[in-house]
Amino acid sequence: MNRNAAHPVLRVSSLSRNFGGLRALNDVDLDIRAGEIVALIGPNGAGKTTFFNCVTGIYVPTEGDVFACRPGMETPVRLNGMKPFRITELGLARTFQNIRLFPSMTVLENVMIGRHCRTKAGILGAILRDGRTRAEEQDSVDRAYDLLRELNLAEHWKEEARNLPYGAQRRLEIARALATEPFLLLLDEPAAGMNPQETLELKELVLELREKFRLSVLLIEHDMGMVMSLSDRIFVMEYGSRIAAGTPEEIRHNPEVIRAYLGESDNA
Amino acid sequence: MNVTMRILLRSLMVSAWFVLLTFPVLCVKVAARQHTVTVLWERAVGMFAVMIGCSLLWMWYFHRKEHGAESGSSAVSSALAGFSEKWHGLTSNRVFSSSGMGVLLAVGVLLPLVGSMYQTTIFANAFLYVMLALGLNIAVGIAGQLVLGYAAFYAIGAYAYGLLNQYFGLGFWVCLPLGGLLAALAGLLLGFPVLRLQGDYLAIVTLGFGEIVRLLLNNLRDITGGSQGVASIPRPAFFMELSAEQSMNYMYYLTFAAMLVTIVVVARLKNSRVGLALQALRDDEIASEAMGIDLRTVKLQAFALGSCWAGFAGVLLAARINFISPASFTFMDSAMVLSMVVLGGMGSISGVVVAALVLTLAPEYLRAFSEYRMLLFGALMVLMMIFRPQGLIPSRKRAYSPAGAASGSAEGGRA
Amino acid sequence: MEFDFQYFLGIFFSGLTRGSIYALIALGYTMVYGIIGLINFAHGEIYMLGAFTALIVAGILGGIGLPWWGILVIAALVAMVWCSAYGYTVEKVAYKPLRGASRLAPLISAIGMSTFLQNYVQLAQTSNSVPFPRLIPRRFSFLQDMGNFMAPGDFIMLVTSLLIMVALALFIRYTKMGKAMRATAQNRKMAMLLGIDADRIISLTFIIGSALAALGGTLIAARTGQVGFAIGFLAGMKAFTAAVLGGIGSIPGAMLGGLVLGLAEGFTAGYFSSDYEDVLAFALLVLILIFRPAGLLGRAAIQKV
Repeated sequence: MNRNAAHPVLRVSSLSRNFGGLRALNDVDLDIRAGEIVALIGPNGAGKTTFFNCVTGIYVPTEGDVFACRPGMETPVRLNGMKPFRITELGLARTFQNIRLFPSMTVLENVMIGRHCRTKAGILGAILRDGRTRAEEQDSVDRAYDLLRELNLAEHWKEEARNLPYGAQRRLEIARALATEPFLLLLDEPAAGMNPQETLELKELVLELREKFRLSVLLIEHDMGMVMSLSDRIFVMEYGSRIAAGTPEEIRHNPEVIRAYLGESDNA
Repeated sequence: MNVTMRILLRSLMVSAWFVLLTFPVLCVKVAARQHTVTVLWERAVGMFAVMIGCSLLWMWYFHRKEHGAESGSSAVSSALAGFSEKWHGLTSNRVFSSSGMGVLLAVGVLLPLVGSMYQTTIFANAFLYVMLALGLNIAVGIAGQLVLGYAAFYAIGAYAYGLLNQYFGLGFWVCLPLGGLLAALAGLLLGFPVLRLQGDYLAIVTLGFGEIVRLLLNNLRDITGGSQGVASIPRPAFFMELSAEQSMNYMYYLTFAAMLVTIVVVARLKNSRVGLALQALRDDEIASEAMGIDLRTVKLQAFALGSCWAGFAGVLLAARINFISPASFTFMDSAMVLSMVVLGGMGSISGVVVAALVLTLAPEYLRAFSEYRMLLFGALMVLMMIFRPQGLIPSRKRAYSPAGAASGSAEGGRA
Repeated sequence: MEFDFQYFLGIFFSGLTRGSIYALIALGYTMVYGIIGLINFAHGEIYMLGAFTALIVAGILGGIGLPWWGILVIAALVAMVWCSAYGYTVEKVAYKPLRGASRLAPLISAIGMSTFLQNYVQLAQTSNSVPFPRLIPRRFSFLQDMGNFMAPGDFIMLVTSLLIMVALALFIRYTKMGKAMRATAQNRKMAMLLGIDADRIISLTFIIGSALAALGGTLIAARTGQVGFAIGFLAGMKAFTAAVLGGIGSIPGAMLGGLVLGLAEGFTAGYFSSDYEDVLAFALLVLILIFRPAGLLGRAAIQKV
C-alpha cells in the first residue's frame, strides 16, 4: 500500500444506533485524516454524544462500521463491539461533556490512571515492589507530572480533583486523556461553561497539543467562534443524521446548516 | 435563648417519643401462656435519660451544620480530625513510624511470655480479625464493591483445612495455600457473573452467596458433619512435640506473622498501579473504563485477593480453635467485619487495623460491654455513615515525588 | 408412585399461604426501593418487632376474657401502629441524614440498623424463642365442611393478606396520597416542583411498609406459635427475594413474586427435602439478580410503585 495515501485515522461509515424504537444515529459517515482537527456540530439532541459513545465503545453501534488506524500502521482496526478500554489502548482517548474525573483522587493520580494501559505491573509486582515495578511507577509519576506542567496544572498536583476550579478540571480531563498516549483525541464540549478568554486559551492549547503530540482531534462544540477558527473540517448533524460536511467556509454558507440552526424561513 | 429553649423542648419531645416507641418491647415482658406481665419501669426512665442526651447531641450537630459554624464541623469531629492528622503525622514520619512498628512488634512478640493463656488467645483472635478486615478492605474500602457474604470465604478456608485434613490427612502447611486458593477460586466463581452488578445488587448477591455456603455446610451432613461441624482439627506440626500451651503460643505467633504480612501486602497493593485502578473504579466506573482500565480483570483481582485472604484466615482459625461449625460463619460475622472496615475508614490501612483490634479486644476486657457488642456494632455503622463516613482514621493520600516537582519540604521555602 | 391429589392440594395451599406472607413483607421492600432506591435492610427486623409487639399485647390481653379473634385483631393493630412508628423513626434516624451521600452509605447504615434492632430485641426480651399464645382454634367447622384442605391458621393468613393487598393496590391507584407516591417514585424532583412534599411521601412509604410487615409478623407468630429475635433475617431475605423475583419497585411484582416463591418453596419441601427450601430461595435470589435483574414481570412492567 502506498504510504502517501495513508488510511484516515478514523473512518466511520453508515453508523446507526437505535434505542428501543428511537433512532439516535442514522447512517452517519465521518472520517478524520492524520493531524486534522475535525468538529462535530449540531443542535442539542442531534446525536453528537451518542456518536462519541459509539466510537469509544460505551455503546455498541446497531449498524455501520467504525475503523481506526494509528498513523503509520498498515491495516485499520474495526472498533465495533470493542470494550472501551481496548479502544483507549488502541489510541483513542476522550473527555466527557459533564466532567468525569475521579473526584477523591489527587490531580496527579488522575493523570496516572491514564498511564494504566501503558504500564504492566500486576499484583505480584505490587506486593514484591521489585526494581522494575518501582521504576515503572516512577516513570508514570514523572510523565503524569510533565503532562500537568504542559496543561498548566502543575501547581495543583497534590490537590484532590474535586477541589479544582472548573476550567482546571476541564484541562485535567485533557491531561488524563493525553496520558493514554492517543493518536486521536475526542473532546466532548471542552469549552462548555468557559468565558471567552478561557475559550481562546483552550483553542490555543488544542493547537499546541496537536503539534506537540502529533494528534488528530475530533471535537463536539457549541461555541461557533472556536469551531470556525479551530477546525480543518466540520461535520453537521441534526436529528441523528449528518446534514453537511466541509471546510468552515463551506459550512458557514451551507443553506441546510443555516436552516438547522436558525429554523425554517421560507421568505428569506 | 430562644434557640436553646426550642432545642430543649424538641429534645424532650423526641425522648418522650422514643420512650413510647420502645415501651412495649423494652419495658414489658410477658409469659403469654402463664398470663404474667412484668413492667420494667426503670428501663423507660433510663431510655428517657439516654435519649435526652442523644437527641441534644444530634440536634446540636445538625444545627451547627445547617447554620454553617465557621469550621463546618462539631467539636467532636474536629477533635477527631486533629487526632487523625496527628496520627498521620506520626506514621508519615519515618523514624516514628518505624519505631511505632517496633513497639507493636515487641508487644506482639512478648505478649505470650508475659500474658496469660487467655490473653494470648484473645489477641490471636484479634489478629485474625485484622486479617479479615484488611482483606475485606480490598474489595469494600479500596475498590468500593460492597461484599456482604465475606464470612463465606472465611468458612471455605476453615472447612478446606478441616475436611482435607479429616479425609486426606493433609497437614496445615499444605492446607494454608490450598485454603487461600479455594477461597480465591470461590471469589472468582462469584466474581464472574456479578461483574456488571453495582452497589446494592452486588451486596445482596454476595450476601445470598454467603448464606448458600453456610446452608450447604449445614445440610451436607454426610460430608461436612452438618451443624455438628468438624472437630479435632490438629494444630500445625512443629519440629518437636509441643505442650498445649506451647502449641497455643505457636499458633499465636503464626497468626501474628500472618497479620503482619497482610498489613504489608494490603498497604502495598493499595499504593500500586492495580490499587490506583481500584480506587478509580470506586470513583467512576465509566470513566475508568474509558481511561483504559479493564474493569473485568481489575474487579476479579480485587475479588480473588480479598477472598483469598479470608481463606488464609479461615485455615488459621480452624488450626487454632480445632473445631469449626457453620454457626461461626453467619451474616452477623460478615457484618462484624464490615463494621470494622467502616469504623476504621474505608480504604485506610491503619484505621482498619486499629478498629479491628479495638472492636475485638474491647469486649474481652470490658466484660460489661461484651453483651452489647453487636448492638454497638450496629449503632456504630449507622452513626459512622452519618457523622464520619471517612472513618476514624481516613485513608491517607500517598506521597509521590515527581522528578520535576519541588520536593515536599522545599515547597514552603520557594514561596 | 401414585399421584396423591390431596397431598398436592395441601402443599399448594401451604405454599400459597407462605407466599402471601412473603408478599406482605416484600411490599415494604419494593415500595421503599421504588421511592428512594434503597434496600431497606432493616425491614425484616420490623417484621420481627411486629411479632414481638403482638406477643406482648396478646400476653397482656390474655387474662381479661376477650374472644380469641378480638385478641388477635387488637394485637395485630397495635403491632401495626407501633411498627409504623419504628419504620418512621428508622427512616428519620438512619436514612434521611444520608440523602445525597455516597451510594454505599445508606445501605451500610441499613445493615447497621438491622444489626442494632435485632440485638436490641435480644437484649430487651430474650435470646430464646418464646411461645406465642394459641389464639387460633384448631378447627373451623366450615373449613371441615369443605374437605379440610387448609388449617385455620393458614386460612386466616391467606385471606387477611390477600384483602390487605387488594386494599393497598386500590389505595395506590385511586387516592390522592397514592398518586403522590407514584409520582414521587417516578421523578422525585418533578414531584417536589409540583408541590408534593417528598419527605412526607417517604415517611408514608415507610409507615405503610412497616405496618404490612407487622401484620405479617403477627400472623406468622399466631400461626407457628413461636417468636424469636432472629426470625427477621430469614423472613426479610426471603421477602426481598420475592420483591426481586417480581421486579423490585413494582407492587404487583412483589405480590406475584411472594406467591411464586412461597409455592416454589412449598413444593421443594413437599416433594424433595425441607433442608433445601432456604437454599432454593437464596439461589433464586442470586440467579435472578445476575441474569434477570428486572424480575419476572420484565422491563415493561417495571413501574415504580
